[in-house]
Amino acid sequence: MADLAVQQARKGRAAGGVSRFLHNTFVRNLSAKIAAAPMIATVLVVFIGCTIWTVWYSFTNSRLLPTGDFVGFQQYERLFATARWNVSVWNLVIYGAFSLVFTMVFGFLLAVLMDQKIRFENVFRTIMLYPFALSFIVTGLVWQWIMNPTLGLQGTMRNLGWTGFSFDWLNNPRMVLFALLIAGLWQGVGFVMVLMLAGLRGIDGEIWKAARVDGIPTWRTYLSIVLPMMRGVFVTAVVLVGSGIVRLYDLVVALTDGGPGIASEVPAKYVYNYMFGAGNIAQGLAASTMMLLTVVIIIIPWAYLEFGGRGRRS
Amino acid sequence: MKKFTVVAAMATALLGSTAIHAAELEVTHWWTSAGEAAAVAEFARVYEEQTGNTWVDSALSGSGTGANPVIISRIIGGDPMGATQMNTGRDAEELIQAGLMRDLTPIVEELGAQDFYVDPSLLEPCTYDGKIYCLPVNIHSWDWLWLSTAAYEEIGQPVPTTWDEYVASWPALEEAGILPFGLASGWPIAGIPGAMQAAIGGSDLVLAINRDKDAEAVRGEDFRRYAEAWDAVRQVVSSEMMLPNFADVGNQLLEGEAAGNIHGDWLQGDLQIAGGVPGEDYECLPALGMGDQISGGGDSFYFPVLPEGTDQEVLDAQADLARTLISQEAQLAFNLKKGSMPIRTDIDLSQANACMQKALELLDNGLLPSGDFALSSDTQQQLQDLNIEFLNDDSITVDTYIDRYASIIESAD
Repeated sequence: MADLAVQQARKGRAAGGVSRFLHNTFVRNLSAKIAAAPMIATVLVVFIGCTIWTVWYSFTNSRLLPTGDFVGFQQYERLFATARWNVSVWNLVIYGAFSLVFTMVFGFLLAVLMDQKIRFENVFRTIMLYPFALSFIVTGLVWQWIMNPTLGLQGTMRNLGWTGFSFDWLNNPRMVLFALLIAGLWQGVGFVMVLMLAGLRGIDGEIWKAARVDGIPTWRTYLSIVLPMMRGVFVTAVVLVGSGIVRLYDLVVALTDGGPGIASEVPAKYVYNYMFGAGNIAQGLAASTMMLLTVVIIIIPWAYLEFGGRGRRS
Repeated sequence: MKKFTVVAAMATALLGSTAIHAAELEVTHWWTSAGEAAAVAEFARVYEEQTGNTWVDSALSGSGTGANPVIISRIIGGDPMGATQMNTGRDAEELIQAGLMRDLTPIVEELGAQDFYVDPSLLEPCTYDGKIYCLPVNIHSWDWLWLSTAAYEEIGQPVPTTWDEYVASWPALEEAGILPFGLASGWPIAGIPGAMQAAIGGSDLVLAINRDKDAEAVRGEDFRRYAEAWDAVRQVVSSEMMLPNFADVGNQLLEGEAAGNIHGDWLQGDLQIAGGVPGEDYECLPALGMGDQISGGGDSFYFPVLPEGTDQEVLDAQADLARTLISQEAQLAFNLKKGSMPIRTDIDLSQANACMQKALELLDNGLLPSGDFALSSDTQQQLQDLNIEFLNDDSITVDTYIDRYASIIESAD
């Protein structure tokens, strides 16, 4: 195979500009190209093609079937005049900010604690990671019971005699997002902890010894030396947690169903309701296009910093 | 797009393939509560007894919001069932336009069904370009106020006979620690405003809003009276007391924990299964005891066009089912269990309970078309969002509510 490729490359060089280009594109390393073809086709059709389809039909007035006429920004005008959508967006921003920060901080702190050469580390690690093995639907249902005012924690505490105890976040429009946050953190922190722990274990022991020789306190070593060295792990964790936040849907459906009222609605739920329940594809696609746009706005500067310019890789 | 594929794939995986064996017909519906399931079993029984075909039952959970998308995506995705229940209305309009539904005109004409339907308006939403594409199987109506006898015994007052008396009893109920208005969260909230509009605002208001899409009617006096009544309801309900399931509210009524609830006639099926007797354990006020018309609409059967190459036997089984569903025997058996009214009155309804009898009297005044008939599901979803928001957020005033309602009606199509 290698001989063949070399021969072909020689021929290609002799043939000049255009044919060399064609040759390089289609013939050189043919087996590798064939192997990659399904992946390329998938990317082109499923990811890029469907994205373009989505954006295009969000500019039409399609209802149940994608057959509508072009109507410009009408769907978007309606979208941003809808209270439910605006509430959804704010909810996601608030939930996202808290969730990202807390998952990272707790994940890292737990990993540091786990890194102290404690006994039964395996047991603790397993316990912390277990919630991640549950789907969001199960997580939501479990926490729905725990946070149910009459049956859950509040009811138990009151039955034990602490009658003033109050924990009704699920029914409190101002607190319901934090109820979601608790369930989300319970599910997600363990996973981030394991990632961070792997990062911590990847730090060379020599660095710790050097820091100790220099008399640097442990917390300072973590903060100023180890943390910057774990940049790659952090980026991975942020991307994973971030994408989980944007597509937040099942947890809301299971835990609150958007309630009380519309206090815990999220964009993905709006998309689903209008696309399938209300049979208004264009409105749903307009909403999902806005979700895509948000992701793109966050990802492009990050990708530029990470891969562009200096070509620095971590 | 991705969700669409997932839903379609799930539907296919869960439900298996459509009936391809001779004379096995897959029927999808979302009648899953105890009373509804008992009623649909009657359809299956009559069908199997009369035709010898097999009814393959594919019940879907989640009612209109959960099951409807699955049904629609299966039909669009080329994996149609033999027959399906759907709410009569504009949901199916585009499916009919796309040629995905079987034309039932020959069957309807053969049976003379236009003549025995109790109200010609029932078949209207099924008619498209002069052809009939669905068969309403019952008159399902939201306009019922259910009242708990036990609750009123407890406070020593007679059971109200109108909405106004009911509202007047709320302070006494609250004092006795009884919920004035029991409520299930989610879609059960959606039907209440329509029932109140019809009863409090009057039939003309409903027609002006739903049929004529007249935003001025929304800003008018009649609508304001309704909006204020809805506002009063919101004062006595809170999200803590909302239950996850409408059948649970039925239990609250039977046990006297809640005094009343506005819910569709299908609640009665569950009340009966739980051992309730109308007039003794619960009372019912069609049209909330105020209006003289109830809205009709609701449940119809559609028969998707099956893929080419389907056995003639299956096509015949489809036609057989269409005939059976509106036959006298099936109508009687089904509606007695479900607590709804049959689509034909040329049958012996002496077994019907007290509540159904009341409704049958109102039938003589003609049916009020329900929101499903006239408003697209897109508009209905917007109104539902607004109503749920209003119910839970006291900072939305009645005026704001009316304005926002009017603007949704203005943009309705």
